[in-house]
Amino acid sequence: MDTAYLIETIIKVVVVLLIFSALAGIGTYFERKILAFMQRRLGPMNVGPYGLLQVAADGIKLFTKEDIIPTNVVGRIFKIAPVITAATAFMAAAAIPFLPQFELFGYTVHPIISDVNIGILYILGIMGVGLYGPLLGGMASANKFSLLSAARSAAVFISYEVVTGLSILAPIMMVGSLSLIDFNEYQAGGFGDWIVWSQPVAFILFWIAAFAETGRTPFHLVANDHEIIDGFGTEYSGMRWGLFFIGEYANMFFISFVIPLLFLGGYGDGSFLGALGLLGKMAFFFFFFLWTRAAWPDVRPDQLMWLCWKVLMPIAVVNIVITGLVMMF
Amino acid sequence: MFEAIAFYLFAFLTIAMFFIAVTTSQALYALTSLAAGMIFISAFFFILGADFLGAVQIVVYSGAVMALYAFGMMFFDTTRDVKEKNGNKYIVVGLSVVSAILVVAIFSAPLVSENITALYPMVEGAGNTQEVGLVLFTKYLVPFEVAAVMLLVAMIAGIVLAGKDMDLSLTLLDDNEIEEIKNKQMKKVL
Repeated sequence: MDTAYLIETIIKVVVVLLIFSALAGIGTYFERKILAFMQRRLGPMNVGPYGLLQVAADGIKLFTKEDIIPTNVVGRIFKIAPVITAATAFMAAAAIPFLPQFELFGYTVHPIISDVNIGILYILGIMGVGLYGPLLGGMASANKFSLLSAARSAAVFISYEVVTGLSILAPIMMVGSLSLIDFNEYQAGGFGDWIVWSQPVAFILFWIAAFAETGRTPFHLVANDHEIIDGFGTEYSGMRWGLFFIGEYANMFFISFVIPLLFLGGYGDGSFLGALGLLGKMAFFFFFFLWTRAAWPDVRPDQLMWLCWKVLMPIAVVNIVITGLVMMF
Repeated sequence: MFEAIAFYLFAFLTIAMFFIAVTTSQALYALTSLAAGMIFISAFFFILGADFLGAVQIVVYSGAVMALYAFGMMFFDTTRDVKEKNGNKYIVVGLSVVSAILVVAIFSAPLVSENITALYPMVEGAGNTQEVGLVLFTKYLVPFEVAAVMLLVAMIAGIVLAGKDMDLSLTLLDDNEIEEIKNKQMKKVL
């Protein structure tokens, strides 16, 4: 393995880490602003122009707050749980092509850390591992509400992993590859080639499952807002709680990259416009996460199970069978 | 060199994790180190270039261990140590050492006699996902289908066993209906 490759990879890792942990912070600002506008409020206004420095203020607060480890918790697991959420969120980013390849000072840069040929499977697997964070945090907390939240997170995980896997199976059958780059090449012909036109059902199913995967509002059961406390995060304080937050927002950004790459043409032919297009689609899906939060109530756990096992999973299976038949004849 | 470093690093981590899983009496430590060990094993698949199996290892085992956590949650207070009933220590240690040596001997015998040939050598130009598919749907088609049918049987059995009154949701019933169901159950008991 040559040194240039090693250095390039390390630089890419650092860049992705820095950009997305910063974006996770700014994501909270967007979320508060958008929610505020939708509810006819102003949102953060006092710190900096339009409240832009609120992110910095929150960061300072989180970093300097005392890190409390309550008595009776299982110490090591309690400490490692937030790290799992944040670390796996960023590990999943290793197989996502964020931009088309471009030339920088005569050196061709591939903005993907590692083009493994099973990219999409790897991303979904690692994102699934990320749910260990809430689960372990809840189980180690020695708090009944945290434990309940952990139980809900296990239920959501076991159900929705099935829907995610089955829904992308149909597009994978069409493309014949698991690499996100191949998915992009398949759709490079332009607007008419997007997989969403031939697989609208898979697109909707994957989108719904993405909400469960990231634990966002219609499926925000992991930290149930109705209990007023923060589910698995009840006993956490300071930066450990902040790590859960960074993990959640980074996951939202990454899944917002994955959906357009899978279904909506990704970065297209790799031109500058295509790259802008990918960022635009990513922004729309991120915005949609926030929009749903403002517009929809949470569903109950039993409704979520009903939706997953009795509605979404059969639809996904039927979709796979139909795709198979169409491809065969 | 990187391969060697990665191999020894992950070999050490995997063994350490499984050692913790076996020796600790704290259920959460055991489950977490089991999950970590399972995920570290996938590193060996990645080192060997079997990316597909590596990812499947992560997906399958993270889900499987998650189900174990759910059982752990139901059966004990996971924040307390489990009191273990230790039988004869010598028998336990003796048996585990003997079985470990046997397993190593079984797998190293063909290595020593240098008698290994690939039954299904790599097909030129096929990715490793396709390779798995090729072997699975030619040579191992029957075992594969039998396994699929067995899983289907297990699933149907599970649905039948757990599916009684599945449409009944206590949150959707009003008080009178719940009272009625209660009375019915009382009658059955009497």
